[in-house]
Amino acid sequence: MQELLLDYLPILIFIGIAIVIGGVLLGLPFVLAPNNPDPEKLSAYECGFNAFDDARMKFDVRFYLVAILFIIFDLEVAFLFPWAVAFDRLVEGSGWQALTSLGLLSMFTFLIVLTVGFIYEWKKGALEWE
Amino acid sequence: METVTLPAIDIARDMGLIAPEITMAVAAMALLMLGVFQSDARSRLVSNLSAVLLVAVAAFVVMTTGEPKLAFGGSFKVDAFASFAKVLVLCGSALAILMSRGFLHHEKLERFEFPVLIVLATLGMMMMISANDLISLYMGIELQSLALYVLASFNRNSARSTEAGLKYFVLGALSSGMLLYGCSLIYGFTGTTNFEVLGTVVTGGEMNIGLIFGVTFLIAGLAFKVSAVPFHMWTPDVYEGSPTPVTAFFAAAPKVAALALFMRVLGDPLLPLIHEWRQIIFFISVASMVLGAFAAIGQNNIKRLMAYSTIGHMGYALVGLAAGTVAGVQSVLVYLAIYLVTNVGVFVCILSMRRKEGMVEEISDLSGLSRTRPMMAFALAIFMFSLAGIPPLAGFFGKFLVFFAAVDAGLWQLAVIGLLASVVSAFYYLRIIKVMYFDEPAPVFERGIGTEMRLILTGSAALVLLFAVFGGPIISMAQHAAVSLMG
Amino acid sequence: MVLSALAFYLFASLAVASAFAVIAARNPVHSVLFLILTFFNAAGLFVLLGAEFLALILVVVYVGAVAVLFLFVVMMLDVDFAELKRGALQYLPMGALIGLVVLGELVLVLGTMAAVPQSATVRTVPVPAVDEISNVEALGLILYTDYIYLFQAAGLILLVAMIGAIVLTLRHHDHVKRQNIAEQSSRQPEDAMDVVKVKPGQGI
Repeated sequence: MQELLLDYLPILIFIGIAIVIGGVLLGLPFVLAPNNPDPEKLSAYECGFNAFDDARMKFDVRFYLVAILFIIFDLEVAFLFPWAVAFDRLVEGSGWQALTSLGLLSMFTFLIVLTVGFIYEWKKGALEWE
Repeated sequence: METVTLPAIDIARDMGLIAPEITMAVAAMALLMLGVFQSDARSRLVSNLSAVLLVAVAAFVVMTTGEPKLAFGGSFKVDAFASFAKVLVLCGSALAILMSRGFLHHEKLERFEFPVLIVLATLGMMMMISANDLISLYMGIELQSLALYVLASFNRNSARSTEAGLKYFVLGALSSGMLLYGCSLIYGFTGTTNFEVLGTVVTGGEMNIGLIFGVTFLIAGLAFKVSAVPFHMWTPDVYEGSPTPVTAFFAAAPKVAALALFMRVLGDPLLPLIHEWRQIIFFISVASMVLGAFAAIGQNNIKRLMAYSTIGHMGYALVGLAAGTVAGVQSVLVYLAIYLVTNVGVFVCILSMRRKEGMVEEISDLSGLSRTRPMMAFALAIFMFSLAGIPPLAGFFGKFLVFFAAVDAGLWQLAVIGLLASVVSAFYYLRIIKVMYFDEPAPVFERGIGTEMRLILTGSAALVLLFAVFGGPIISMAQHAAVSLMG
Repeated sequence: MVLSALAFYLFASLAVASAFAVIAARNPVHSVLFLILTFFNAAGLFVLLGAEFLALILVVVYVGAVAVLFLFVVMMLDVDFAELKRGALQYLPMGALIGLVVLGELVLVLGTMAAVPQSATVRTVPVPAVDEISNVEALGLILYTDYIYLFQAAGLILLVAMIGAIVLTLRHHDHVKRQNIAEQSSRQPEDAMDVVKVKPGQGI
């Protein structure tokens, strides 16, 4: 356990340094920069007019669709990762024995299920941007 | 302490045991491909095939019922109890698909994903029913719930339907969180997720506070799924907002699956803790019966009324669970079977409430139905009498068995409260009958509900009416199932 | 040892503080950013437990995808958050009460931290020693074989998620002209052109 954590020591040091640098860079302007606001300076500027509206507006739902489909395939990849690492111990032997090993067929079934989903998406036109 | 050895993975044998589930999964994907590779206009084919599939799988489940067996390292259990509940769920889903067709056609919602999602949700329910491990329990619930959330907002152009889906989703996610918290506590304090092992580890003797908290959270999560008070808040809004065939589906199959899961968890591995969980079940059962009886009185929308009716009926079913005996489990199974048939019948009537301008769902729209549609009014009256528990009808036998089991287990208070709640709830069931038979006729509903709807209506009315004659086999099958669960 | 204890307290306190900031922040965008910070700290805690794979998945999936989607929704949706928050204060007493009850339960559970006695016989070593086999490989060795049932169920859940996302959000606008690559590339000159012999002075 200790060795494992020692492997991560550089990352901890890195995080520490990043926090320090980030903090200093954020803090310095408060100390150094001149700061004397007045209402006009703080008001929103929109071509000489006051702001009409909130900057947020309704967005096409297609953006979310793409993002959600991305998450689903992201998760699929997350499942592939340990499989790839353990591959040589999951798929033992050679030839027919290797092809019918449970570890291999299990992943193939999983991929087939998601490929069915992928074909569905494709056929539905969810991957197209009209 | 006895030790259990869980079967190792033997893929050929295990796949044989979950053949119905594999069939469902493969067929769902095949139907999805079939649907997407043909035009939208032919989505009726997909829904016909889905209904046939569900009925075929139900027949398959009946034929392969046998001794209790474990699969996949003990995380999946096949026994008579699972078969009984699965058949109920499969029939409920098949009927929901058949009932949905006319509605979806009229509302221009005919899309092939609808039956596919119902098949996938049903698969999730079958996994719940057979779950024999905390993880497979959760996976089943999620597969079911995810499909149900989508179905609730299937009519995505309607604000109410979207709202129903969103509410269901947010509260469902909350309940899943509680359930998982409970599961993690149970795992932490017992060292196992498997029900077989859990059964040997949990003993009634010493009270373990961590384990009891785990069980409490687990019950809270499951109570949400059966919409028992105090986790019922989502029910009326979701029932009202969802498209009516989806409501019909929600009211039947998922409730059966969730209660079966309830019985599986509490009746098998956690049975030694009965004195602890019985208090909780006692409370939620009483609260559901009372709320279901009183809150429904003020409702004018028939879908909302059915939502409160469901809450009440879940309360009655939980009375049998509180007994914690073989007779109790048996009574719950019979109750669920009767509830399923009655609810299907009621929803056929609700789906027939269509005028030229569209669907109507107010109770006042039923006025004078006995003069405009005598047969439908008669059938609906039978269902209402049955839901109220009036003697010769099916609902009476369900309630009778449940209360009898409770009294037998020494819980006579529950039976008394249940009886009083039935009397109160009879008020609003009978009000519908009064509206249909004694009020001035409202404009007539459109004709032509379709042959299959008429068949379902006749069939369920006949079952409810004649339960006294041929309910015997159902009761003995339920007993067989209950024995296989509790041993 | 001191270092890992130090790291634990750093991550744990930051996780709690940023989780609090998620619900306390006025600006929803800040809430999401604090949520990302919470995820990072949770990932740090996972590393301290020796669950490297989970830690990295948390960063990749939750920070990389889920939190970004949250941010996306919050920044792009036309929701008046000030309006939404107006009523929130009236639920504060109830929320605080529920929080206190849950806290009390946690204290009760932790105060009597004793597993069921018989559990010692069933409890197995959950993770093999890290110096024998790496975390990811240990997971890979059981996830696809011993837990194949749950693994395939996860695949089906992802399938339902795909169908659900498309059913609920995909719409095609009729007036938009869409590209059909197969049609384009299979187009022959004969389909598109007519060679017409025009006699001089007559026109077509």
